[in-house]
Amino acid sequence: MANEIYGLVAEFDTPGSLLRAAEGLRDFGYKKFETYSPFPIHGMDAAMGLKDSILGWIVFVFGATGLTCGFLLQTWVSVYAYKITVSGKPLFSFQAFVPVCFEVMILFSGLAAVFGMFTLNSLPELYHAMFNHPRFAIASSHGFFVSVEAEDGLYSEVETWQLLEKLGGKHIATVEA
Amino acid sequence: MDTQVFSEDPSRRQKLVLGGHTFASISDVVCKPIEDKAPTWWLIGLMASLSFLLLLFSMLGYLVWEGIGIWGLNNPVMWGWDLVTFVFWIGIGHAGTLISAILFLFRQKWRTSINRFAEAMTIFAVMCAGLYIGFHIGRFWVAYYLFPIPNSMQMWGNFRSPLLWDLFAVSTYFTISLLFWYVGLVPDLATLRDRAATKTRKFVYAILSMGWRGANRHWQNYERAYLILAALSTPLVLSVHSIVSFDFAASQLPGWHTTIFPPYFVAGAIFSGFAMVMTLMLIAREIFGLKDMVTLHHLETMNKIILATGTMVGYAYAMEFFVAWYSGNEYEAFAFINRAFGPYAWAYWTMVSSNVIFPQLFWFKKIRTHIPTMFVISIIVNIGMWFERFVITVTSLHRDFLPSSWEYYSPTWVEVCQFLGSFGLFFTLFLLFLKFLPMIAISEVKGIMPEANPHHGETHHG
Repeated sequence: MANEIYGLVAEFDTPGSLLRAAEGLRDFGYKKFETYSPFPIHGMDAAMGLKDSILGWIVFVFGATGLTCGFLLQTWVSVYAYKITVSGKPLFSFQAFVPVCFEVMILFSGLAAVFGMFTLNSLPELYHAMFNHPRFAIASSHGFFVSVEAEDGLYSEVETWQLLEKLGGKHIATVEA
Repeated sequence: MDTQVFSEDPSRRQKLVLGGHTFASISDVVCKPIEDKAPTWWLIGLMASLSFLLLLFSMLGYLVWEGIGIWGLNNPVMWGWDLVTFVFWIGIGHAGTLISAILFLFRQKWRTSINRFAEAMTIFAVMCAGLYIGFHIGRFWVAYYLFPIPNSMQMWGNFRSPLLWDLFAVSTYFTISLLFWYVGLVPDLATLRDRAATKTRKFVYAILSMGWRGANRHWQNYERAYLILAALSTPLVLSVHSIVSFDFAASQLPGWHTTIFPPYFVAGAIFSGFAMVMTLMLIAREIFGLKDMVTLHHLETMNKIILATGTMVGYAYAMEFFVAWYSGNEYEAFAFINRAFGPYAWAYWTMVSSNVIFPQLFWFKKIRTHIPTMFVISIIVNIGMWFERFVITVTSLHRDFLPSSWEYYSPTWVEVCQFLGSFGLFFTLFLLFLKFLPMIAISEVKGIMPEANPHHGETHHG
């Protein structure tokens, strides 16, 4: 492998300094960098220059599919597959189909929200270079980290290192891929 | 009124985490019960719960072997403790969804300390409810008839029946609640993975957390998913208990056939669920030393919700009687007079006193903030809400339109044992949850601490 270094990692003390570091990297023109925190930080998406999540649209499509499937299932069952008159009601009683349509829509949307989220995040991903960093274990408890990937066009081990230092990063280190 | 709670200025708002905690110490406190050796009381509790679970399995085995005749059900009371307990459990579940979804949409930050706990309660309660609904059909081995599955008999369900809506509602509710709970757990499972001292522990939590690393690109989609799930669960929880109430309301029985049922059932469900959260939470915060995170402020807020929903339930009781009189329908009037003064009057007045009178004590701040009293009231509400379902189900059935078939229904020992056994299932799962999963949402609690605000410490509000 030509590229054995994943990138540089720096540690920050507070959510605020992490946010400013992200802004600094964004303003410098870096694209392939990431911040890690034990909880989501307000304003970080803008600080990193990220676009809005597309998850809502995925859920919308699946929800609409669920609604349609629920309606078609009930209509097909009641009108074609198993014609049985109950208390004189018409076979196509669409009013009575509303609850099941709604539930199937919610079911499809919920499944899309959860599995869509995992897919967009490419999880499960049990191996990741960041886990090679010895200090990274605290990122899920009280650590705030920035990583800059070696694949970023602006990456240079010396200059990026200096920038991270200037932004207030501590324990700066390279991480192997 | 306590202006501190309602203050708009964040620096003057009631603190949600006390005791000067840091991000690291929150992880420590919440993970401690999981990482420590199981305490003796936990083992004793688990043994007791397991014996009740065994009781449940024996009763279900007996039921499958012998048939539904071992229950006290007979014409005209065709629904007894089976449906009563089903509605009881499903209602308890609703508080968990209310806390996790509705309070999230309303930005009620105090919910973060109790939502994990309440969601676990939801899932286990819905499992108990599902078990009841599965077995009450009698021939459990053909329960798959309920689902729209192509079969050799060319037979399909009746989608114009509320009972089939109920199946879709409850199974969707269970699936979505489980997913919502799991999504919330993922960052905390990663915390447990990173703290793990043994290889097995690390392996298991690593698999469960799926490689979560708290990257902001993950958090972005995660927060969106969480918001969407909350927005989906909110109408879902309202629909589930509305549909449960349709099981009754869509029939033509006096006492059941009323339009007030959906909102009345939803309010009652939240009422009973909060009482159950309160009962369990008071014990857990005492035992696990979580008083800094589940503060008196949290408990008081929950008591206010119990008071509000209890009052709604009381209003519904009164309105049912009013409508029975105002409608001029003599069958409806008979059903309600019979409810209050007939053979089941004891159950009716137990229900009224537990659900309407006792929660009214929460108007007093002294009682709202007195832990032993609120514990007792929460148990009274739990009992009262079970009786509510008993009163609705049984009193409407036991005197039907033909006086010669009037009957007084009592449960058999099998029904009683199965009911006790369902608590065994609930508490077995709950104790396992307390031992192996974080009972407080670690990442969410950290997120509402003042230090989590990126502008914390900046001196613009001197």
